[in-house]
Amino acid sequence: MSTYLSKRLLYMILILFAASLLIFALYANTPGDFITGNIKLTAERKAELREIYGLNKPMLERYGIWLKNALHGDFGYSLAQQKPVLQLFNDYIWNSFLLAAVSTFLTWLIAVVIGVISAYRQYSWFDTLVMIGIFAAMSLPSFFIGLFLIKMLAVDLQWLPPGGMITTGSNATGMAYVKEVIQHMTLPVVVMTLLGLGSLTRYFRSGMIDVLRQDYIRTARAKGLSERKVLFRHALRNALLPAITLVGFELPSLFGGSIIIEQIFNWPGVGQLYMKSFGLRDYPLLMGFTMLLAILTVLGTLLSDMLYRVADPRVRL
Amino acid sequence: MRTNTVSAAASPKRSRERRSSLLGQSLRKLMHNKLAVAGFAVVVFMTLLCFIGPLFSPYTDNRINMAMMNKAPSLKHWLGTDALGRDIMTRVMQAGRISLTVGLASMLLSVFLGALLGAISGYYRGITDQIIMRIADLLMTVPNLPLLFIFGAMLSEWKVPTDYRMYLVMLMLSAVNWPGMARMVRGQMLSLREREFMQAAEVLGLRSSRKLLHHLLPNIVPLLIVMATLNIGGAILSESVLSFFGLGVMPPTPTWGNMIDAANNMIDFQNHPWLWIPPGVSIFAIVIAINIFGDGLRDVLDPKQKR
Amino acid sequence: MKPLLKVENLHTEFRTDEGTVKAVDGISFQVRAGETVCIVGESGCGKSVTAMSMMGLVEEPAGKVTGGAITFGDDDLLRLNKHELRAIRGHELAMIFQEPMSSLNPVLKIGEQIMEPLMLHLKLKRKEAAAHAVELIRQVGISRPEQIAASYPHELSGGMLQRIMIAIAVSCSPKLLIADEPTTALDVTIQAQILDMLRTFKESSGMSLLLITHDLGVVAEMADYVIVMYAGKIVEEGEVTALFADPKHPYTRGLLKSKPVMGRRTEELYSIPGQVPNPLELTPSCYFHDRCGHCMEVCVSREPLLQPLGNGQKAACWLYEEAKIHV
Repeated sequence: MSTYLSKRLLYMILILFAASLLIFALYANTPGDFITGNIKLTAERKAELREIYGLNKPMLERYGIWLKNALHGDFGYSLAQQKPVLQLFNDYIWNSFLLAAVSTFLTWLIAVVIGVISAYRQYSWFDTLVMIGIFAAMSLPSFFIGLFLIKMLAVDLQWLPPGGMITTGSNATGMAYVKEVIQHMTLPVVVMTLLGLGSLTRYFRSGMIDVLRQDYIRTARAKGLSERKVLFRHALRNALLPAITLVGFELPSLFGGSIIIEQIFNWPGVGQLYMKSFGLRDYPLLMGFTMLLAILTVLGTLLSDMLYRVADPRVRL
Repeated sequence: MRTNTVSAAASPKRSRERRSSLLGQSLRKLMHNKLAVAGFAVVVFMTLLCFIGPLFSPYTDNRINMAMMNKAPSLKHWLGTDALGRDIMTRVMQAGRISLTVGLASMLLSVFLGALLGAISGYYRGITDQIIMRIADLLMTVPNLPLLFIFGAMLSEWKVPTDYRMYLVMLMLSAVNWPGMARMVRGQMLSLREREFMQAAEVLGLRSSRKLLHHLLPNIVPLLIVMATLNIGGAILSESVLSFFGLGVMPPTPTWGNMIDAANNMIDFQNHPWLWIPPGVSIFAIVIAINIFGDGLRDVLDPKQKR
Repeated sequence: MKPLLKVENLHTEFRTDEGTVKAVDGISFQVRAGETVCIVGESGCGKSVTAMSMMGLVEEPAGKVTGGAITFGDDDLLRLNKHELRAIRGHELAMIFQEPMSSLNPVLKIGEQIMEPLMLHLKLKRKEAAAHAVELIRQVGISRPEQIAASYPHELSGGMLQRIMIAIAVSCSPKLLIADEPTTALDVTIQAQILDMLRTFKESSGMSLLLITHDLGVVAEMADYVIVMYAGKIVEEGEVTALFADPKHPYTRGLLKSKPVMGRRTEELYSIPGQVPNPLELTPSCYFHDRCGHCMEVCVSREPLLQPLGNGQKAACWLYEEAKIHV
């Protein structure tokens, strides 16, 4: 177990190094930078600023400096916002997390319930309806459904605010603030839940169908247990077990924000921060964000693997 | 069972007959799945509409018509007109040509790359496998969307002519899609290698290219067909996201994604929904049809993979 | 005296892509209190489906009991609603299965799984049920019962798991225990122990046992009464000693002949030629005709009925119909 783990960790670190080099090279070789785009500056001032930010050094040297700092926990300074990248992340990431956590929770809850029922009633009209719903959810263009719901529910019907986290100019506090945030997050949460629902429901449905065919389900019925007990005590636990591995894969989306949704709903999360910085070519921030996602992805995969081994007593190393 | 394999090995002609009957069986089974048939019908219908439809439209030349700016849907213009007085219905069909072409072409490329690299990886193993799979791991570690954004930004900064952009977008999409495909094919290869018929090929001393082409590849074709089908939908979605953010295919070449870009304009978004809702609905319709058909295909061709 | 269980003209069908399979095709038999009845036959002859039909566990919608009556005590099991059937299942009518390894839930502790029917049918409190579960584990001959109760199925061997299955089945003192190939998946040494245990429970509690097996050794060991099934029908039945001494149906004879006998060495072990017929292609005939050494014209075109032949034996074979006509 421990040699397996240390090998695994070593490989993770190597992959992250390689990924950082790749990402850095890509950003560095994209023509244009933060300063070029600023038309207010004179040519001399531009050269001066480049010198200060170290943008005129060769790519590899810049990468070396970035890496050295990154290893010391310093991901640099955002050029546009003049704040440390990590501090900016800390400011924005929790907004992203709020959206992601609520919608992930809802997605799982709804997916489990619908998945279990439609597996139990396989081939019924309900099941067919669920299958069509699953395909629909998996085929939605995220930005389009976001825009469509804003147009319908926020612009036309005016039930919900169209975007942002609080009403512009509002300085509500306490419960009023909470209420405002909840109103603003309803639409993005609905869209994110809808988008995640398809594949997860499908996963639980097919997992449950497999479990319901097992011998121990027959045993449970032979004991005279009610169908509810058979379903929720005997079958669901077994169907949920492999799903634990999915928790790890949720990691990037939980903390990495959602670029598209946050952009569409003007939600002040890291995803929107990234989009804003992208137009400005604010490389330290872009680099930091991309690395954050890469790290979360790698950690998530590791976590999944570990959870699976912990959860299922039958899997041994 | 045993008699089957012997006769198939003894006469290649008969084995081909058998395969075609397998295909026939699969087709018959597929026809039983009403949902999949409906999905296929929608795909065919929309494709024909996009490629043939504009020929029957009186507005194909996209003439700018200031008198007909931003008109709501009417009998003359079923889906209304845009800011330049062009017919939206015609535009949507023309955009569909591009979006479908991009989706199909990038799928072909990623399936080709993925299958080739995955097959080589799983077949030769050793150092070749190590190199290919490490590159795949690397590409899968870097998040897709930022990667695509960077590529898109590069294209913009290099001032790539819009005509060529379409082809580069296909390349971009394939570049991020092949690793997943390669991994799947490699896994399949590794498990096939261990099966009896491959060990028989080993004993017979067949050349490795022959083993690869005649014995292994045919066995992963069903998996590839299914993956390829489902991949088209994904590629169409990715292209639309990129084009929506102005990083994919750019106007004047219309795609469904960059047509929805109209929604980024507050006035068009609120007052002219016919500009951006039809292309969005088109994306949704074609992708759901492809996914349903692909899933039906999977049930028939690759029942083990059902999930 | 009224029998404990009376199955009359039971029909169970399965729908497949190719057509409808009559898995159980009009069988009738009965089990008296305290009696052991064995159903014997090759795999696919419908013996397991018979058991599943009695338990109401036929997989719907593919499978369905399409006719007949199963009288258990005062109730017709096929006419009960789900609720009433559940109250009997696991209580008065219990069952153990062929695969002990997969028949217990992998994520629940052994103790929990034994406690479930106790709490459900005997209305025991959790604590009482837990204590009783440990006692049951002891009764099925497993040492350190407390420790076993706290372990998961994958930590136990197949033989131990089958004992646990028996513990669960007998926990509510059933009147009838159905055992579907209870020893097939186990080692030979364990098989004898499991059979002994079943017999012990039967004798101490007075329950009846319906044992389903393909193993004639088990039949000889356990049965009072034997039912031989072939392709969904009963072809012969009778008291175990009579049937073993003088099998009437050619199929039964074949089965007995193909069983190795200690101390008698033959050049080659006999096996019945041919294969079980495809259940989709059955026409009115004796279904055994193409494997039978005595096949006559009538066997191919008409179905023989189960006839009493004296001595308590019955057989469905044209050989005896003919004989009767001549006598």
